[in-house]
Amino acid sequence: MIFSLLVYAAPHSHQGAETAYRFAVACLAQGHSIHRVFFYGDGVHGATALAAPPQDEPNLPARWQALAQTHKLDLVVCIAAAVRRGLLDANEARRYEKPGHNLQQDFELSGLGQLAEAAIVSDRLITFGA
Amino acid sequence: MSTNKRFLIISRRPPYGSSHARDALDTALTTAVFEQPVSMLFLDDGVYQLLQAQQPAGIQQKNLGATLSALPMYDIDQLYVCDSALRSRGLGPDDCLLPVQLLDSNAIAQLIRNHDVVLSF
Repeated sequence: MIFSLLVYAAPHSHQGAETAYRFAVACLAQGHSIHRVFFYGDGVHGATALAAPPQDEPNLPARWQALAQTHKLDLVVCIAAAVRRGLLDANEARRYEKPGHNLQQDFELSGLGQLAEAAIVSDRLITFGA
Repeated sequence: MSTNKRFLIISRRPPYGSSHARDALDTALTTAVFEQPVSMLFLDDGVYQLLQAQQPAGIQQKNLGATLSALPMYDIDQLYVCDSALRSRGLGPDDCLLPVQLLDSNAIAQLIRNHDVVLSF
């Protein structure tokens, strides 16, 4: 089955952010495919390269990145939700003349259309934390 | 991407105080641009989004009601409201800024069953 995930929960504030990751791992382990993981609302904080949790707590952006590299996942972050919360890639940092950028590698900023497309082509779209 | 899926966007949060209502609305509008049939269902405090004469300028927020008024222009005219959510807040269909269809809980269950993609905010 083709799944897509909508992550609305912010890491550390809500368990949903962690649950989404665990769901993705379980999906892939059972032989399903994941068309896209879309980060929206406060969920965009799950894509920051600057998160520095204590060593005995999971670093979700790093985990997503590792999972993406192993399984060629499409990790898309809503660009409108991201830039207003200070989550920028190099392009947006330049556009808004900001002193740095902090989007974790293997994540991509894009529009809400990527969520609509994911819902259309996937058998299931599962929301975490809305 | 020619397949059409019936989308139901469920909005359960008040218009201000969190980004949920705005995000639900943006998702509905974007999905409609992708030429998918979109319905919206307002539950719980989400019914407050439909109130006329919202004045959020005092809290430096954009008027969500103004965006909601644009829904019919995007062919989103199937707007459903939980009847008991509306009435338990002392409101009625006349308080809503757009024509809405009132549903009881059985009809809501049926509505959800009748859609392919259900997104809840």
